[in-house]
Amino acid sequence: MLKLLKYLKWIDYLVIAAIVGFVVLQVWLDLTLPEYSEAMINEIVGENIVMSSVLKNGGFMLACAFGSLASAIVVGFLVANLASRLSYNLRVKVYSKIQDFSLAEINKFSTASLINRTTNDIMNVQFFIALGLQALIKAPIMAVWAITKIVDSSWQWTVSTAVVIVSLVLMVTIVVLIALPKFKKVQKLTDDINRVTRENLTGIRVIRASNAEEYQNAKFGKYNQILTKTNLFAGRVMAIMSPFMNLLMSGLSLAIYWIGAYIVTPLTVGSMSKFMSFSMQIIMAFMLLIMIFIMMPRALVSARRINEVLDTKDSIIPGCYKDENFDGKTSVVFENVSFKYPEADEYVLHNISFEAKQGQTIAFIGSTGSGKSTLINLIPRLYDATEGNVYLDGVNVKDYDFETLNKKIGYVPQRGVLFKGTVRSNVNFGDNNADEEGLKSAISVAQASNFVSRMGKGLDSPIAQGGTNVSGGQKQRLSIARAIARKPEIFIFDDSFSALDFKTDRKLRTALKKHTDNATKFIVAQRIGTIKDADKIIVLDNGNMVGMGTHDELIHNCPVYQEIALSQLSQEEL
Amino acid sequence: MAKKVKTEVVETKKRRQKAEKGSFKRAMVKLLLYCRKYWWWMALAIALGAVGVVFQIIGPNKISDITNLIVQGLRTTGSVDTKAVTDIAIFLVIIYVAGAILTYFQQFILTTVTQKVTRKFRHDISHKINRMPLNYFDTHMFGDILSRVTNDVDQVGQSMNQSIGNLFHSTILFLGVFIMMFVTEWILALTVIGATIIGFSFSLIFLTHSQKYFVQNQKNLAELNAHAEEVYSGHNVVQLFNAKEQTEKEFHRINKRLYTSGWKSQFISGVMGPIMGFVGNFGFVAVVIVGAILAIYRGEDLGTITAFMIYVRLFANPLSQIAQSLTSLQSTSAASDRVFEFLEAKELADESGKTLVLENVKGDVSFQHVVFGYDKNKTIIKDFSAEIKAGQKVAIVGPTGAGKTTLVNLLMRFYEINSGDIKIDGVSIKDIKRENVHKLFGMVLQDTWLFEGTIKENLRYNTENITDEQIVEACKKVGVDHFIQTLSHGYDTIIDDAVNLSAGQKQLLTIARTMLENCPMMILDEATSSVDTRTEVLLQQAMDKVMEGRTSFIIAHRLSTIKNADIIFVLKDGDIVESGNHEQLLAANGFYADLYNSQFEEE
Repeated sequence: MLKLLKYLKWIDYLVIAAIVGFVVLQVWLDLTLPEYSEAMINEIVGENIVMSSVLKNGGFMLACAFGSLASAIVVGFLVANLASRLSYNLRVKVYSKIQDFSLAEINKFSTASLINRTTNDIMNVQFFIALGLQALIKAPIMAVWAITKIVDSSWQWTVSTAVVIVSLVLMVTIVVLIALPKFKKVQKLTDDINRVTRENLTGIRVIRASNAEEYQNAKFGKYNQILTKTNLFAGRVMAIMSPFMNLLMSGLSLAIYWIGAYIVTPLTVGSMSKFMSFSMQIIMAFMLLIMIFIMMPRALVSARRINEVLDTKDSIIPGCYKDENFDGKTSVVFENVSFKYPEADEYVLHNISFEAKQGQTIAFIGSTGSGKSTLINLIPRLYDATEGNVYLDGVNVKDYDFETLNKKIGYVPQRGVLFKGTVRSNVNFGDNNADEEGLKSAISVAQASNFVSRMGKGLDSPIAQGGTNVSGGQKQRLSIARAIARKPEIFIFDDSFSALDFKTDRKLRTALKKHTDNATKFIVAQRIGTIKDADKIIVLDNGNMVGMGTHDELIHNCPVYQEIALSQLSQEEL
Repeated sequence: MAKKVKTEVVETKKRRQKAEKGSFKRAMVKLLLYCRKYWWWMALAIALGAVGVVFQIIGPNKISDITNLIVQGLRTTGSVDTKAVTDIAIFLVIIYVAGAILTYFQQFILTTVTQKVTRKFRHDISHKINRMPLNYFDTHMFGDILSRVTNDVDQVGQSMNQSIGNLFHSTILFLGVFIMMFVTEWILALTVIGATIIGFSFSLIFLTHSQKYFVQNQKNLAELNAHAEEVYSGHNVVQLFNAKEQTEKEFHRINKRLYTSGWKSQFISGVMGPIMGFVGNFGFVAVVIVGAILAIYRGEDLGTITAFMIYVRLFANPLSQIAQSLTSLQSTSAASDRVFEFLEAKELADESGKTLVLENVKGDVSFQHVVFGYDKNKTIIKDFSAEIKAGQKVAIVGPTGAGKTTLVNLLMRFYEINSGDIKIDGVSIKDIKRENVHKLFGMVLQDTWLFEGTIKENLRYNTENITDEQIVEACKKVGVDHFIQTLSHGYDTIIDDAVNLSAGQKQLLTIARTMLENCPMMILDEATSSVDTRTEVLLQQAMDKVMEGRTSFIIAHRLSTIKNADIIFVLKDGDIVESGNHEQLLAANGFYADLYNSQFEEE
């Protein structure tokens, strides 16, 4: 938590100083107020009531009350602002930090967790700062000051106040200690309920087909029963809080009057009321502290989760080569490349070497988990090779400045990825800089012209968040158009064609070949048909390169390739 | 997909409009009716609460008696009648303790009722899922239904527990104090009410505004969530296209708005407390001043004034509590509305009247002029007729959207056909119960569905009388036994995220499960599309074993999987355009041949 404070600026510390000032003012007013109420009461207890004195004291009391309200509003404003500004800045920090993450870091945290850290966790911290900071400043000042006010009152009253405070703290501690583990359990059980329901929904066809509705209901019922039981227990324990607190408060005022009857002097009636105000202030201070301690654990967890993101060291560091000596001839060389995921024991790729020249198409094939996607992800440095080197245009990819490296690459991911905006903003994404003509031809090469023109506003048709308003295949085609519009030196297609039907796949590849003849293409594929005419096919099996050559060569000398081909085509067709 | 989103949007819009049209009352009435079983308990809770409140109100009255005794003592003898004070004090102690116990029991009952009601909610939703027609799930997102089971039900439970208890307690307290004040002293009573109203109108302005900012804040947060999800999951693309600036622009826009709505809502909710404190003090001053005037001109005793000093605080509190409870009930009503909407959705027709049972079928299936559309205006299957003989292997192929999956959904009676008939061994599937139809078919789908549990549990599932030996035997047949043996606990290994099963292994398990069900007919719907082609060969072999001697329906978009089918139906736009076996269709050189050849053709 404290670590997050370093993101405060000097002006924030000024604000905190101002908050402390206004809190002191507020506490002073709150504690002066009872003096006037005491004076008022004493006035009307006396034999002769002087109305002007009552009014004067009433006026002072109101002034105090209003002043206290005003400073509370100022404090509230400053605190809310400070907390929101801190969370605003934290979000900027976290967001841009995550933007600079490499795939390894993203996978380490998981996307869902990173989203939560950007939103909910920072909100939790904001919430805690807003309430907690104020309480933390106010509670000690209020408690200490109010105690000094009552020390010279009768000791019996002081003792009763102390008893009430001790019982209050004890009660809250016990209740929280009993209920908190149950609440944690409730959280887990809610996840279980969620899981079983999700299971029921995703498997609904299987469940119906196997007539297993009752089986699912029974399973759900079991968790539902435990959840209810746990909730019941926690709820019943927590229910003690409010009646007990009320009892303590009422008990305290009764005790003050009761004791007052014994130690009575002419002035006690007023001081009874004054004492009550002070003791209430002290109790309030302790309640504030208790509140902080209840809220604290959650905020601490969130703060830790935020710090984890901010403290993560980037595993992939850019170089500074800006392509000064590029001769216009594209080449990609893999030199004895091996790769394993960070913290994993086993290598995913073993000792891979090959070369690609300008205009060539290099295809990768192999069963799932053979390392195809990982291999091509090494070129744009989504991961870095563990051993060996990858050279692009004669320069190690690790030496490139990111922007320069990215400029050379047109990347199409496995699943089409679109962003909220328009077709135009998605195709002319990032630093693509294509003109109207370039956009249109990119879309047409990607076989997307038809559906884009059907979308109503053509290039300016809206794309919903995550591209949910177009189908999977359409998303994929726009992703491909995005890469084409970039006019890159090399294309990377990470299994990008599998979502397309055979006909579109073929048309697209034909158009692509015509349109981007100079570019080097790397294609990961499942279908033999997709890669049959590649200049070089690399066959991977469990991270090893078990074959390299053209289709005709491999079909005769590579058993793994033969096996894959056989499973897709019949003997005659080969 | 696009369609789904659109209907979602339209529906939420409708829902919102409905909510605006004062559905608050309707939802509350429904909720009350839903709790019917607990009415007596709730009544008891209210009664207990009422008695507790009465005790709470008696308090100030008795305290004022003590004050009077003290003041009188001072004015007359100089000493206080401590005996009388002690009597009152002991009476008060009893009342306070009794009040606390009663309040606790009230809370206890309310908590219990709430928890039982939420359990019933969850139970009903979960059962409801299994009684609904499948097309409901086509038009609604899982996340939406899930959030009804957890978030909405929790929301109802929490706010019901707090606000209903609070609402009753505060209302009774409010009324009680109101009456007590007028009974004690009407002028002071009017003073308190006047002062409170003035203070309250002040805070009401804040309260109405706060609602707006809270809503905005939630909205902005949700928007940021969506943006972060989009950008984080498309991280590769953003990075490789040097598009950070582009996405950051959107982020900053949302972040700024969130900052503004954040501090505003926080600020307003933070100053509510101080404002209420001020209202109390304001009322106090008013009571003392008016009390002083009354004391001067009418000789009003101090006890009454003391009592009113407490009444002022008691009076203002429940008012703000009621206001708070009402706003939180608003969200209760919104949440329960969503739950009821789900619970009241149309269910599958009741079939308890059907007595015909189809057993020991041979496996002749006939489609007779089947017409069907998920949407009545848009038919997907136009006029489908086919005769399939027992034991035949039937493949259904065609482009996406041709209605292949729809066809087997109809066969399983997941949906009811619009017209025409489907007969098994000459019996219309409409004349037997759905469960009976399901029993006749084993199904393997594209999405392998396994649940968190041991492998054995997953394989046995709900089929009765299956021995462990049979399970092992089935796994040996499909060739997954060896793999299971390598797992740390063999057949008792629990399948969850920790166990890394490949798509192929999962599919082999579901095939084994289907094999154990031992149904007379089989449906394989894209069973091998999510695995690579080498794994596919393994699955194919496993499935061939399951299909032996059984009437089977196979849907596949990889044509290699269906080459050895007895008959292939080529579907296009809901009609059979060709049928025959692989060689016949290739020879016909029609749509199928075109589709098939496009796999290999270049240029």
